[in-house]
Amino acid sequence: MGSINFITLFVVIPLGTAFLMSLVGRFASRRYVSILSVLSCASLLFVSFWALQFLNKTAGNILVYKIGGWMPPFGICFVVDSLTSFMLVLVNTVAFFVCVYSVSYVKKNDDAPKFFTLFFMMLTGINGVVITGDLFNLYVFLEAASIASYALVAFNSEAEELEASFKYTIIGCVASGFILLGIAFLYSYTSTLNMADMSSILATKSSGFVLPFVATLFITGFGLKAALVPFHAWLPDAHSSAPASISAMLSGVLIKTLGIYAMLRILFNIFGIIPVYLSLFMFLGVLSLLVSGVLALSQWNLKRLLAYSSIGQVGYIILGIGIGTPLGILGALFHLFQHSISKSLLFLTSGSIDRAANTLDIRHMSGLKEKMPLTAGANLAGSMSVSGIPPFGGFFSKLIIIVACVQKGFYIYALAAILGSVFTLIAMLKVQKFIFSEETKKERKDIKEAPFLMQFSMVCLAFICLFAGLLLLPSTRIFFTNAAGVLLGGLNYGHLVLEAAAK
Amino acid sequence: MILYLLCLILFCIGLYGILRKRNLVKIIIGFSIMSYALNLFLVLLGYKFHGRAPIGASDQNFANMVDPLPQALVHTSIVIGLGMTALLIAIAIRIYEKYGTFDITKINKLKG
Repeated sequence: MGSINFITLFVVIPLGTAFLMSLVGRFASRRYVSILSVLSCASLLFVSFWALQFLNKTAGNILVYKIGGWMPPFGICFVVDSLTSFMLVLVNTVAFFVCVYSVSYVKKNDDAPKFFTLFFMMLTGINGVVITGDLFNLYVFLEAASIASYALVAFNSEAEELEASFKYTIIGCVASGFILLGIAFLYSYTSTLNMADMSSILATKSSGFVLPFVATLFITGFGLKAALVPFHAWLPDAHSSAPASISAMLSGVLIKTLGIYAMLRILFNIFGIIPVYLSLFMFLGVLSLLVSGVLALSQWNLKRLLAYSSIGQVGYIILGIGIGTPLGILGALFHLFQHSISKSLLFLTSGSIDRAANTLDIRHMSGLKEKMPLTAGANLAGSMSVSGIPPFGGFFSKLIIIVACVQKGFYIYALAAILGSVFTLIAMLKVQKFIFSEETKKERKDIKEAPFLMQFSMVCLAFICLFAGLLLLPSTRIFFTNAAGVLLGGLNYGHLVLEAAAK
Repeated sequence: MILYLLCLILFCIGLYGILRKRNLVKIIIGFSIMSYALNLFLVLLGYKFHGRAPIGASDQNFANMVDPLPQALVHTSIVIGLGMTALLIAIAIRIYEKYGTFDITKINKLKG
């Protein structure tokens, strides 16, 4: 099985780029730094599509790479199954566009190498969390991604950014503490750290009080990382203070991989699905989308409004997962996909608005549509997709989740989901009205549209938003249904991985 | 058992420091105590009373060894904690430069 060595590239490419960037970035000119980072992101994107292709050709839809040739219970392994490859394609697509955007977004030449070093460290962590098959390895990658993101939030080191970063770091530390505690308990209970092995051991053991306790620790820890509602207080500060391209990464990808993906992988594939978790998920999801919907309405800072809306959209994902039917999980994963794309698009447009108008307060900007037609169009596409207007992807994902709710008889939750969607729509219309429509103010006459590379990223992401609904056609739907199948398969995961590793 | 309980108490002291203290430096100290408690707990998981070092030479008997894996995990965890503490202190110093105080009730430019 020599041909699956490419799996390591998901960690090697970004880590190598970060290393090279910190080493030679100071001496190289800005142009080489940009070329290196875009090339590296493009190759990651290529490798992730290659992995998707390769996976579809493999029997059993699972690839296991054993690091150093050690067999799974002893060594660390990388596992690529349908859910992983789904996340990898998503993460690397967003990362590629964000990287292209950042090339012209980062203003000072001295900052660029540091920025991209941290960016690629974060990407290493995110990719690592997604592909790893070892629980402690997951923790290490999670910390790598988190530490890079703490530093990136404080990147411009203004007073607000430092304050937000300190809050974010402390809350992130507590979350990591809970996760590590959970891992320690699981290790002492099963005497293994390999996720597949752990899952097959837990399947045979009778569950005492250890598993619910550990599950609580994990839901707290990963819930803090994913900013579900009782744990959400850090997110609006951190996401609104970071540089725009980093907000896009944080809201689009980081909270979904570090929070949702890791939590689902552990609870569904290692612990096995229990109705209690599902109803907890549904409750947290509905709470998130209602509370954040109301809070988003009263915001006047553009990025803060978008950050609150992110919390609500994460609520939708968790609600869909909590329904537990194949349709619900399909809807949740599709929502995860389309929200990553559209929310990163919205944050990118907020960056170009900030750059042009030099403010983020939406009362102080108006009539930007005339001067910045592309940004306005991209923002419209993102807003409509997030709030769920028919031709865009967001409509279909919310529709699927609501239909799944109704099928299972959760009418109140379905109603809450519709209400949350209305709140989002109102918040997004507020953005459209204040920023883009109305007349241009006099002092804003001289603003310019964003540079070409920033436009390129925004337009590409806007087109993905527009046509995301087409991915649900039968020929491409398998991309999502396979990923949902991994979660529905539950404890089969351990079996499959150990079998594939033994080959 | 008493060791685990002491460990839990240490963890709770750290958590108390993070949640209740108003001074940034005290919060960082609270975080350090919490991560020490976690590291202690991890290493205790593999510890045996009167156990010996896990060195697998050929003529040794393998009875009553301590579990080496948690020790490896603790090394990693200590390094991560170190990085985190360094970052927190760096941010705290920059905050002091901007705000002129370590008191979190006075560091409140972000609202809403």
